[in-house]
Amino acid sequence: MDIIGTLKGLLTDSGFAALMAKGGWQNLIMIIIACVLLYLGIKKQFEPLLLVGIAFGCLLVNVSWFVTSFNDNADALFHQDLWDAFLDPNSPAYHSYGTIMANGGLLDILYIGVKSGLYPCLIFMGVGAMTDFGPLISRPSSLIMGAAAQLGVFLAFFGASASGFFSGAQAASIGIIGGADGPTAIFLTSKLAPELLGAIAIAAYSYMALIPLIQPPIMKALTTKKERNIVMKQAREVSKTEKILFPIIVTIFVVLLLPSTAPLIGCLMLGNLFRECGVTERLSDTVQNALMNIVTIFLGISVGATTIGYRFLDLQTLLIIGLGLVAFAFSTVGGLLVGKLMCWITKGKINPLIGSAGVSAVPMAARVSQDVGRKYNKNNYLLMHAMGPNVAGVIGSAIAAGFLLKVFGG
Amino acid sequence: MSHLLLDPNDFGLSSLGVGDAGLTGVLGYIVVFVGLFLLLAVLCISGSIFKFKAKKALAAVSPAAPAPAAEEKTAPGSAGEIKLFDVPDKDAAMIMAIVADKLQKPLNELRFISIKEVK
Repeated sequence: MDIIGTLKGLLTDSGFAALMAKGGWQNLIMIIIACVLLYLGIKKQFEPLLLVGIAFGCLLVNVSWFVTSFNDNADALFHQDLWDAFLDPNSPAYHSYGTIMANGGLLDILYIGVKSGLYPCLIFMGVGAMTDFGPLISRPSSLIMGAAAQLGVFLAFFGASASGFFSGAQAASIGIIGGADGPTAIFLTSKLAPELLGAIAIAAYSYMALIPLIQPPIMKALTTKKERNIVMKQAREVSKTEKILFPIIVTIFVVLLLPSTAPLIGCLMLGNLFRECGVTERLSDTVQNALMNIVTIFLGISVGATTIGYRFLDLQTLLIIGLGLVAFAFSTVGGLLVGKLMCWITKGKINPLIGSAGVSAVPMAARVSQDVGRKYNKNNYLLMHAMGPNVAGVIGSAIAAGFLLKVFGG
Repeated sequence: MSHLLLDPNDFGLSSLGVGDAGLTGVLGYIVVFVGLFLLLAVLCISGSIFKFKAKKALAAVSPAAPAPAAEEKTAPGSAGEIKLFDVPDKDAAMIMAIVADKLQKPLNELRFISIKEVK
């Protein structure tokens, strides 16, 4: 046996050698980024349930797949070349999940759930099963704040389009970061611009985790002390029948208006119906816990797998991160301005701080409204009032995604 | 007829013009408002139906309810406002209820001036 030759072969085939080869530095940077994200997820607890999975997926793919291994990547966990062929109309593997199943690695197979839009929809079902729409039903005017808080989606879309660096479909995927809704962003991006999925998912979840830092300065800048001190009256109690009818009514009206919202709105409302109807406790429990956890694992790790160094590290990613911040900030502004308008119309009965919760990100954004409100009046409890615009924002961002999918979807 | 509002060969795969991008953005924002306004109208209608039903049910129950006995009359109303220092409303309500129970006095016969958390 040629021991020297075998050792030499092991060394040249190893990832360490590939790191030193052309393009390997990009993987190295991504490994460092993955470690930073793991730190933020574990130590700082920034959206840990998803960020830890995404960061580990990023780590796995960058230690196991190199540009230099194009011709010998059979053992890789994720095959970017297979997915490129999947999207190439001239390739025999075009839209062939069979090719992926036959030749793909573990992360390729898990990624099928992202590409087909399965995971985001299942997560929406879980979100629906965990959400109490009572505050929205008791104060339907919250829907206007949820709509207004989609301002950032369309401004960021416009900015991305106007920059000339992105196609219409890519700009639409970037804009939806402003919806502050991870599953919606992943769903739309996987349909319109799968090549940007990693950057958009990381930007969306990072900014969602940073909401307690991003929103309060904007909230303070746009509201007066008097407005921040407004104590809102308890809204009326909502009957069980109303809560059961709500998901059915929303499904009928929203899906009839915009059929492209059916996967997201349908799953969100089915999950909520499981919760409210009172005869499917077992299903509601499964959707909220077991299913949600399983899908979260698969979604996180497979989204992380799309952050291969040579694809991720470019000017586009930096622009996406910048535009994502613009989208978040303007969505907050939109919600707050309509909150102020409603405060004026109702002669001070509505605290405009709840408008910022219209940016989805349930329940983080509502908690921020509560915290900022309590800072100025310790006996002011805005949480349940802010939950109305917060859940309205989920529906609003799904409608925005449906519209963009209708316009740019192939 | 294509099921798409815009031809992706014109827009989806290439950069949009500033005018088209602005128009699409404004249209999208309007669509979100229209969708949620529609939902708002439906919720307002269904909400008022339920409120009307609840009022009707309450009105039907009220005449049948026994008149409150003279001895059940509450004491003259509360006076002033309580000052809370680092104590949430819920905790304050609980403390007041416990005090009233211990003193064997109706809550509205007691006057609480302030509740302060001892740190």
